[in-house]
Amino acid sequence: MNGLRSRWQAIRYAWHEYHTMYLFMLPFTLLFVVFVVAPVLTAAYLSFTYFNVLEPPRWIGLSNYRLLFVEDDIFYQHALKNTFIFAIITGPLGYVISFTLAWFINRLRFRQLYTLAFYTPSITSAIAMSVIWLYFFANDRYGLLNYLLMEIGLITEPVAWLREQSTILPVIMIVSLWMSMGTGFLVFLAGLQDVPLELYEAGMVDGVRNALQEVFYITIPVMRPQLLFGAVMAIVNSFAVFGIAAQIAGLPSPLYAGHTIVAHLYDYGFIRFEMGYAAAIAVVLFLLTFFLGRVAMRIFSER
Amino acid sequence: MKKKYQAGRRREATTWEYLVLTVLALITMLPIVYMVSTAFKPLEEMFLYPPRFLVRHPTLRNFAELLIAMDALSVPFARYLFNSLFVTVATVVLGVILSSMAAYPLAKYPRMPGNKLFFSIVVSTLMFAPEVTQIPRYLIVDRLGLIDAYAALILPVIAGSYGLFLMKQFMEQIPVELIEAAKIDGAGEWQVFWRVVMPLVRPAWITLTIFSFIGTWNDFFTPLIFTRSEQMKTLPLVMSTIGGGPGQVARWGAVAAASLVVTLPTIILFVLLQRYVMETMAHSGIKA
Repeated sequence: MNGLRSRWQAIRYAWHEYHTMYLFMLPFTLLFVVFVVAPVLTAAYLSFTYFNVLEPPRWIGLSNYRLLFVEDDIFYQHALKNTFIFAIITGPLGYVISFTLAWFINRLRFRQLYTLAFYTPSITSAIAMSVIWLYFFANDRYGLLNYLLMEIGLITEPVAWLREQSTILPVIMIVSLWMSMGTGFLVFLAGLQDVPLELYEAGMVDGVRNALQEVFYITIPVMRPQLLFGAVMAIVNSFAVFGIAAQIAGLPSPLYAGHTIVAHLYDYGFIRFEMGYAAAIAVVLFLLTFFLGRVAMRIFSER
Repeated sequence: MKKKYQAGRRREATTWEYLVLTVLALITMLPIVYMVSTAFKPLEEMFLYPPRFLVRHPTLRNFAELLIAMDALSVPFARYLFNSLFVTVATVVLGVILSSMAAYPLAKYPRMPGNKLFFSIVVSTLMFAPEVTQIPRYLIVDRLGLIDAYAALILPVIAGSYGLFLMKQFMEQIPVELIEAAKIDGAGEWQVFWRVVMPLVRPAWITLTIFSFIGTWNDFFTPLIFTRSEQMKTLPLVMSTIGGGPGQVARWGAVAAASLVVTLPTIILFVLLQRYVMETMAHSGIKA
């Protein structure tokens, strides 16, 4: 009883002291709860139900998950596999390239010009650029890549880049890498500019011999918060790959060669309207990125 | 505010570094250059063999063809343009104001109850792809009766965790004394927020404006799911229909022109406001 009363008093005190501030937060919080928090909770609930939008959801326990991991070959053999291959290669590669480019650009004059050149691809829309990729990687001899490779004699017949099972995923990866110098890249650049110069001088005194040592012993430790932010962005973006894949390879792609987790989610959610099943896919994706995000936080935490 | 960085560097970049980075930058820009060049190509140059990278006889015909293609869609082009502009501007303005308002208490009243919990929820939502919430979000928007209304394209996108995160990180840099001084002069919280805080964090909200503009302007998924009628579609959505989908060569010129029309505003905006972005981004780190 006493605990309840003091709890109540604490709330009254907080309201008395901070009510203007709570009002400041109210509009954002309202939208955040309705359109972010509630959907996450709803997805978690729906993933245990059968739900086709027309009838009310029916509780079916773990069936969706069992189906997803045991019986859904397309998810297991294509969506999951492609997404992992994609994420394991493009995630770290894009991350390292972003940092490396930022490090070099930071030392150049006309920094803004170089930044613009590498950043611009990330702000183009996948839709608008798909026209360009369809020409670059066109399946016939009119395609730029086929033409160039045939000119230098590497191939004699045009390669159907966007129809062959073996080339679809690599093409998606190349395009994604091209677009991967985004927010993370800008954060790295800004972070590099903010590393205090005294630290580099102190490092010299302490025996830092070359640029590589400087990067590993001074720059990276100082830039932990920025590096963590970039890592989280890289993880989230690489596991959510869909837009580029759908635009370049189509949905569904030939022999599911460009099928990803989000493509599978979209297929079940908005084409077949099996919302419960799609929610289970969403939950799996959420757990995956959340777990990896946590791992990244552990790696970059200040010990 | 801006530090002279070059002065303190120990090593000048070598000619080699300039050379390699310039070549890389040019290669990166190739697809963009090709997009611009193709938008001005006459039809005979589009399907030349061997393929030509740059336009030889530039023409504006593709843009005229774009307008004709759009006319055939039963809704005038101006309507799509209006939809895109209206949705983007409303999302940006509301998003920036609401995120900033919510960020202010988080940054400056750390002892306020619930503060830490709220911020840690926001940071964890940074860690999942927005696609995860698309389906229940659709159900909620549907339940609220907002499908096919402008509100469906605007409201769900406003409360982005990144915006709040960015504003909070930047506002933490404001000295408390400035806020106290304003209060002693008789300013209420509302005035402090608009007259003291917002002017001081200008680089941050300009940055957020750019990111939010680009994100909303290019967004294909939200209008795809939340609109039904032709009158409510936005540019990216319409663009995907005039080309007839992947692999179609019909109206290639119009599609190329449309690509340029859609991409250009985002690039121009970034070029104009780039220096604010760089000032802001250093605060975008996450402390674990």
